[in-house]
Amino acid sequence: MSLLSIEDLVIRHGLLQAVRGVSFGVERGETLALVGANGAGKTTLLRAIAGAHQAAAGRVLFDGTDLSGVPSHERVRRGIALVPEGRRLFVQMTVEENLLLGRTAGRPGDWSVDRVLDTFPNLKPRRHAKAGHLSGGEQQATAIGRALMSNPDLLLLDEVSLGLSPLVVDRVYASLQGLMNSGTTIILVEQDLNRALSVSSKVMCMLEGRIALAGDSSSVSRDEVTKAYFGLHRKNAGGMPA
Amino acid sequence: MSNQIIQGILLGGYYALIACGLSFMFSVMRIINLAHGSLAVLSAFALWFLASRFHISPFLGLAIVLPLMAVIGWALQRFLLERSARGGALLPILTTFGLAIVIDNVLFEQFGADTRSLAPFIGSLSYDSWEWPGSIFVGKLAVIIFVTAVILLGGLQLFLTRTGLGRSIRATSEDPDTAGLVGVDSRRAMAIAAAIAMVTVGLAGAFLGMRATFDPYAGATQLLFAFEAAVIGGAGSLWGTLVGGIVLALAQTLGAKIHPQGFLIGGHLAFLIVLFVRLYTSGLGLRGLLRLSAGKAS
Repeated sequence: MSLLSIEDLVIRHGLLQAVRGVSFGVERGETLALVGANGAGKTTLLRAIAGAHQAAAGRVLFDGTDLSGVPSHERVRRGIALVPEGRRLFVQMTVEENLLLGRTAGRPGDWSVDRVLDTFPNLKPRRHAKAGHLSGGEQQATAIGRALMSNPDLLLLDEVSLGLSPLVVDRVYASLQGLMNSGTTIILVEQDLNRALSVSSKVMCMLEGRIALAGDSSSVSRDEVTKAYFGLHRKNAGGMPA
Repeated sequence: MSNQIIQGILLGGYYALIACGLSFMFSVMRIINLAHGSLAVLSAFALWFLASRFHISPFLGLAIVLPLMAVIGWALQRFLLERSARGGALLPILTTFGLAIVIDNVLFEQFGADTRSLAPFIGSLSYDSWEWPGSIFVGKLAVIIFVTAVILLGGLQLFLTRTGLGRSIRATSEDPDTAGLVGVDSRRAMAIAAAIAMVTVGLAGAFLGMRATFDPYAGATQLLFAFEAAVIGGAGSLWGTLVGGIVLALAQTLGAKIHPQGFLIGGHLAFLIVLFVRLYTSGLGLRGLLRLSAGKAS
């Protein structure tokens, strides 16, 4: 049984249909890279899984349980954590306070403030600094750490490289690599195709709210993804229901 | 003069206490509760009812009334304020204004227009005092109120910064959507915050009844003092509320020394001066403020 199953999911923003009947599954331990142009529906899809958007139709099944009507805080308790686009830290709070908030759901697990600081060493000297005073890279590390503090079964990462310098992005991904290797299930929205393909086990390209391409990262070429990205190529490369 | 200053500081404790709940609700829930004063008077009437009907001391009565106020706060948030907040920022203000009218008139219907006080039920505490050098008399009740205000404000500060629930409330106040995404039940956090605010209102109502008289329509005056203290101290700042209360009370007591009718005028003047300075230093400048008000008027 897939850890996450999306069945004919439709999400609307008013009259706009942002996600149009999307279906796919994610197995335990997989890293799924979600790519696509701006407005393709990636962030909306991720936020719908996290419970920030309600589905107009379709279902989100997590560990076999239908999450329809389950609020976002309850989804965190069940094991879904989102690192939102733009970090969305509580800027009036310190790094430590932001991290401790991640424990609100009370899920048992190994993640602690000290372990997050070990994973992201650049945060150690900034432990008691207000989140609003951090650099972009430090903020991103705090946002990822906050999500990890809930000991999630499924980690949703929305554009973690957005607005960061290449050097900082390298550092963030180096820290994430350990997570991916440890078997944490991750769905990753990423604009950088090379990076998306290199860190993920599966890749899915969205176009205008639909899945334009889905398959194993090892079997899908950059060229195929680029064509799907611009709507020139529609294909299910196998391995995933689309 | 030193006597006026000491009395003013002690009175500031009461104003800080009554402003505390207003400031807390504004900073955490972004709601200006215009029923604040009426709810304090409701608490005073509840204590008076327990004392006069069942001979329960107002201090013991707090053990009944404060939990009741917490339940009222929780229910208000869940069933009234939360729903009205969906209609925009103005609707909760109008809702609490309507609530104040309802409370005032229900109290009037139940208890009549007579002025009441809890002073007869607390023995000599309402007038007992210590004599300090220089013929300065410091009321014991005033000191108790001041110490209670400091403990309450300090306790609230510690609660918000050192506990998980406090952090959840702060997170919800900063960004409720993101708070939900990190596992905070925002609705629960806001309902608990409202319950805490109402407990502080209940406590303020008790001291209002012990140190002075009250009637069903006394809420408006208490709301005004609370609002002035909160604004002077910087709405949303807990320790600022204590400073605001002291500044307001000092202005009132010094105003009363200058002229018999200067008590209220002194407080209002201090409020207006601080408000004007705050607006002027907000970056708009005097011309900007005038343009803003002219633009809004047209």
